[in-house]
Amino acid sequence: MHHNLDKANPILPAWPLPRRAPGAQAAIAAAPAAAALAVRDLSVSFGANLALKQVSLDIPARAVTAIIGPNGCGKSTFLRALNRMHDLVPSARVEGQVRLFGSDIYGPGIQPVVIRRRVGMVFQKANPFPTMSVADNVTVGLRLNGVRDRAVLAERLHESLAMAILWDEVKDRLDAPAISLSGGQQQRLCIARALAVQPEVLLMDEPASTLDPLATARIEDLILELKESLTLVIVTHNMQQAARVSDYTAFFYMGQLVEYGATVKIFTNPAKQQTEDYVTGRFG
Amino acid sequence: MNTACHQWRKFKDVSMQALTCACALLVVVPLALVFYHVLKSGIGALNWAFFTRLPKPVGEPGGGMANAIVGTFELLGLAALLGVPVGVCGGIFLSEYGHTRLNWWMRFAADVLNGVPSIIWGMVVCALVVVPMKGFSAWAGGIVLGFIMIPLVMRTTEEALRLVPQGYREAALALGIPLWRAILGIVARTALKGVVTGILLALARVAGETAPLLFTAFGNLYWNHHLSEPIAALPLQIFTYAISPYEDWHRQAWAGALVLLLMVAIINITVRVLTRERLAKLR
Repeated sequence: MHHNLDKANPILPAWPLPRRAPGAQAAIAAAPAAAALAVRDLSVSFGANLALKQVSLDIPARAVTAIIGPNGCGKSTFLRALNRMHDLVPSARVEGQVRLFGSDIYGPGIQPVVIRRRVGMVFQKANPFPTMSVADNVTVGLRLNGVRDRAVLAERLHESLAMAILWDEVKDRLDAPAISLSGGQQQRLCIARALAVQPEVLLMDEPASTLDPLATARIEDLILELKESLTLVIVTHNMQQAARVSDYTAFFYMGQLVEYGATVKIFTNPAKQQTEDYVTGRFG
Repeated sequence: MNTACHQWRKFKDVSMQALTCACALLVVVPLALVFYHVLKSGIGALNWAFFTRLPKPVGEPGGGMANAIVGTFELLGLAALLGVPVGVCGGIFLSEYGHTRLNWWMRFAADVLNGVPSIIWGMVVCALVVVPMKGFSAWAGGIVLGFIMIPLVMRTTEEALRLVPQGYREAALALGIPLWRAILGIVARTALKGVVTGILLALARVAGETAPLLFTAFGNLYWNHHLSEPIAALPLQIFTYAISPYEDWHRQAWAGALVLLLMVAIINITVRVLTRERLAKLR
């Protein structure tokens, strides 16, 4: 494993976080109190439009949770509520609780900046910063958070690119412009950039939807590697992808959580008719 | 199919195309005329002395506009010192912070200020700076040009920052970078060429301003030794020489006009090169 979460993080303040022992994943769904993210009655509205209605679920640590559902069902809205990205939209209103390892990220006095350091995000379209080199893109999160030590930066650069399975492809052109990489490499660079600040949770909003099958397969392999060390939540339109990479799946429809459970169960023996219709491709 | 109707449509199409083409050419004609005339009249008086010597008293041949050329650069430097930081910060605010009624009013105010005749700026700064300081000065000239730059720089900075896709802001903030650092380190850096372009265009605009300098910088036939004394500037010198009754001064005024025109042209060409690279990168 490249990345040890239990090692004291030199950059960020020490948080009193309950860490789960590896190998205890199976018990998590049955023991929601130990979830990485515990979502309770989460509603998000934009002006008069209620986009997400009273969603409650537990996202287990060190596992992959997939969010599926048709367009406009609130998948992305849900994901962006998990690291307070809605704070950027003046008309957005968030109600309910999201507890990150026990503490409410919407609690009084909690800074969104602090939450976003712990809960990273990868976007649908690869968006490396166009004026920066490959290396600068990876280390920018550390540098703009005040890390100056060159040795630390170099180490994190190597570690993050290695975790994103990109090191071997770019090690000889770390100073090349980031936008000179291919689309799939750019997306893995964005993942490396997010990993460099050592988040505990990584949110991915359709990370492979603009990539070809080969690049998509690389991203999926990467997701499976990453879950060894952190918690992943992935929004996807591609049900085969959800089935391939996730341990748990949540099906959203019209802003509501319809069904949530182990991926195997959702795809083979769902409890709700709506879920079955969706995963078998009868609607959506 | 009605052939007559078809032919009439075709005729209308061709004639409208010709008309718009003629109008477009009409825009180029004055520019060509100005360049031709200034070049023809100014090139004769342009020599080494023009760039290195002070003006000679009336009647004595020779002399140059060295003080006015240096003065113009000094005034532009002072103007940039005031106009660039205030304009850029204002533009950052308009684009990145606070999406309230205040922004609407600030944008409106900047647009109105862009339309204020420059002589009014001169009068205002004369009252605010020249009168209390009891004299014309380079400071006053720099301040008035800086004031004219502020709304220009502010609006172009805002537009340049708004061209930065929202995805970069979100990506930066998702890394846990504080907003102000994300704006300076990532958004502004991405838009840097656009911001620099706006600053250069504003400098090119104020480089040729004459009216606001009449009662602020005032002009000077000698070197300016202190910024609290009057200072020469190319447009002012051109003005003074052009309305004089002396043939020799007229020729020098044309040479000054040529130098000023070339300065502005060089700035504009620089801007073209900068923006072309920026567009090429986006493609």
